[in-house]
Amino acid sequence: MDITAQQNLVHQTRDARRAIDFPKLSPAERDALIKKYHPDHRGHAYRPIKFGPNAGDSTVKEVATLLEGDSTIPADFNLTPEYSVDVLVVGGGGAGCAAALHAHAAGANVLLATKLRLGDSNSVMAQGGMQIAVGPDDSPVQHFLDTLKGGHMKNDHDLLKVMVEEGPSIGQWLLELGVLFDRQSDGNLHVKKGGGSSKARLLTCSDYTGLEIMRVLKDEVLNQKVPLLEFGAVVELLSDGNGSCTGAVLQDLDNKRHVVVAAKTVILATGGIGRLHIQGFPTSNHYGATGDALVLAYRMGVPLVQIDTFQYHPSGGVYPEQLVGALVTEGIRSEGGHLVNAKGDRFVNELDTRDVVSSSIIKECEEGRGVRTAAGRSGVWLDTPLLDVAHGPGTLDKHFPAMVRQYERYQVDIRKDPVLIYPTLHYQNGGVKIDVKGETPAPNLFVAGEASGGLHGRNRLMGNSLLDLMVFGKRAGQTAAERAKSLPQGTLTLDHVAKFREEAKRHHVSSGLTSPMVLPAYTRQV
Amino acid sequence: MANDSSTPQQFTEQASEIQAQMVTVEIEGKPFQVPAGVTLMKAMWYAGKEVLRGAGCLGGFCGACAAYYRTKDDPKVKTCLACSMAVEDGMSFSFMPAFPARKAIYNLQEIKDPKQDLFELYPEAPLCRNCNACTEACPQKIDVREGVWKAVFGDFKAVSDMFMDCVMCGMCAPVCIADIAPNLVAVYASRAQGVHFTEKPEGLAQRIKKIADGDYQKDWDRVLQLSDEELQNTTASIT
Repeated sequence: MDITAQQNLVHQTRDARRAIDFPKLSPAERDALIKKYHPDHRGHAYRPIKFGPNAGDSTVKEVATLLEGDSTIPADFNLTPEYSVDVLVVGGGGAGCAAALHAHAAGANVLLATKLRLGDSNSVMAQGGMQIAVGPDDSPVQHFLDTLKGGHMKNDHDLLKVMVEEGPSIGQWLLELGVLFDRQSDGNLHVKKGGGSSKARLLTCSDYTGLEIMRVLKDEVLNQKVPLLEFGAVVELLSDGNGSCTGAVLQDLDNKRHVVVAAKTVILATGGIGRLHIQGFPTSNHYGATGDALVLAYRMGVPLVQIDTFQYHPSGGVYPEQLVGALVTEGIRSEGGHLVNAKGDRFVNELDTRDVVSSSIIKECEEGRGVRTAAGRSGVWLDTPLLDVAHGPGTLDKHFPAMVRQYERYQVDIRKDPVLIYPTLHYQNGGVKIDVKGETPAPNLFVAGEASGGLHGRNRLMGNSLLDLMVFGKRAGQTAAERAKSLPQGTLTLDHVAKFREEAKRHHVSSGLTSPMVLPAYTRQV
Repeated sequence: MANDSSTPQQFTEQASEIQAQMVTVEIEGKPFQVPAGVTLMKAMWYAGKEVLRGAGCLGGFCGACAAYYRTKDDPKVKTCLACSMAVEDGMSFSFMPAFPARKAIYNLQEIKDPKQDLFELYPEAPLCRNCNACTEACPQKIDVREGVWKAVFGDFKAVSDMFMDCVMCGMCAPVCIADIAPNLVAVYASRAQGVHFTEKPEGLAQRIKKIADGDYQKDWDRVLQLSDEELQNTTASIT
């Protein structure tokens, strides 16, 4: 059957499907489904890490290999610093910009280095919104409980409490910077309900929430004249020989020159791992999502937490081929869009948590109820026209202009036809261990945003990432700036790298692979 | 493939395995054979080109991959985001180099009269000569020229609505004969709209006060002293 014929089935079954209320799964059903179908439970894709702070812990092979990789910096490297700063922020996405702005505001001398341009990140793509408990029937405690449920009770309570409690003041900060969140007619913030949340709690800027926030933050970083090094990738950290972080080695990707930075404090805000294409999955992530902070912090002896769990976003594009892996906004499901299999049936409550919805889509496809494309991929339908049918013509145009445009470019009209989706590698649930100030067990090394771990448990709730970035970017930035005031610049050594190399040798790891990866190797060898 | 329960769908950035048909495109004036239907970005990689400047979010939001293209026999050079545009046979394209547009520096909190100050920060803004090249250059189909005029006339609300789609690719700036960078003017106007001309949400202020006053402390005390099992039962009852 061609795609058009298959689409017709979605149109034909729409009215019947609308009459059915599809229940959410019980905790027991949910666990069973995830265990059987979620990629986190595919044992063959995992192996124990051979050495280092997480020796023996299991993670996906792609991450394990990278963690065990060798530094590109030789032992006799000249560590004469080119920059000497209070706070080095690495990463130009939401967490990095927030950290840099707050550290700068606290009076610190900051350098912001990012391997792409300022703002080129996952943050800029966030469409669904930002969870902040502002509704009259909502509370930070309810936000805490919802997140805990979504994270399978494995969230770090201290980190989570901080995030939900500081949410409203973060909303205030962004408004003061000029972020234009959607409003109700009475001037209050408009909130939308997101998957896995019991209350409407998503602050949005139509479906451009991340773009709007990043446009503003970037502009503010430039207005504040925070010194920037774009196309400057971090390739190694520096330590004082006693476990404290004292700076980093960057590489200017334009001319390949190494740049040594002496920094009293370092904040890694380098994001996640999508571009490792774990288990062969396509990804919604930006070009630089190669897990650099994981590798560098690990080499410094910092443990990682929940590094065996990843989020596969339910709605990655499948067709047309150009959109494979690209994110299709969750907002469609939030506003009542159905997921439909090849038989024209719904098969899951669309507002269940991301891990449940993704597992159920994988189940449909593996049990033969997926829709196949000419390119050999499978997926299920997301019934987009339903929104215009249910809420009136123009709903998609008004609420989802980015998505309408995303498909229009390939002559697909989502107002008329449903789109095919399949889970895409979206988020690293775990990451580098931090405390409530964003500091790692290695003194003066901070990690903020997706690179850090513990907050989201084993499954991040929609809309919690944008808030995570702002809250912990701020905390790391402020704490680092405060710390730097009374801290002398420590000596610059590569002792931790030497130690790491000895351990690799002892464990007979000699893959020849160096890390961090910095950018994925997509260029064809011709 | 997906029907095998032990392996996920095979993924490849290089669509060559699944798209046998090849087309000829010109990249920076030189012909290359690339698989039909891939994005301009993937065509770059397929042609063996390293991409550093020019790749960002790869999802159509960051504006890093602004490109110029022309289709076969059409004299019209158009603009696009290379991550979100498919190649076709006979197409020519090049990435846009970084353009040195001037961004004004300002502190929005301290500005007293944002609509008047626009003329000091961006004195070129009112010099628009209505050529409409900016609008034609916008890959997001924003009516850029109209937006510039709205900003000049002080309708910042309209500017903020019109430019919500703006990915800051900056393709409107090089074509401007009055040296306006409309995207930067729009960011200023939009932020000013938020900071100076938008109501403060009362509910948010109340929520912040309640948190500061410790109004949720009782609830926290109750929740945080629960055992893991009790906590699990509590969350399980959430609908």
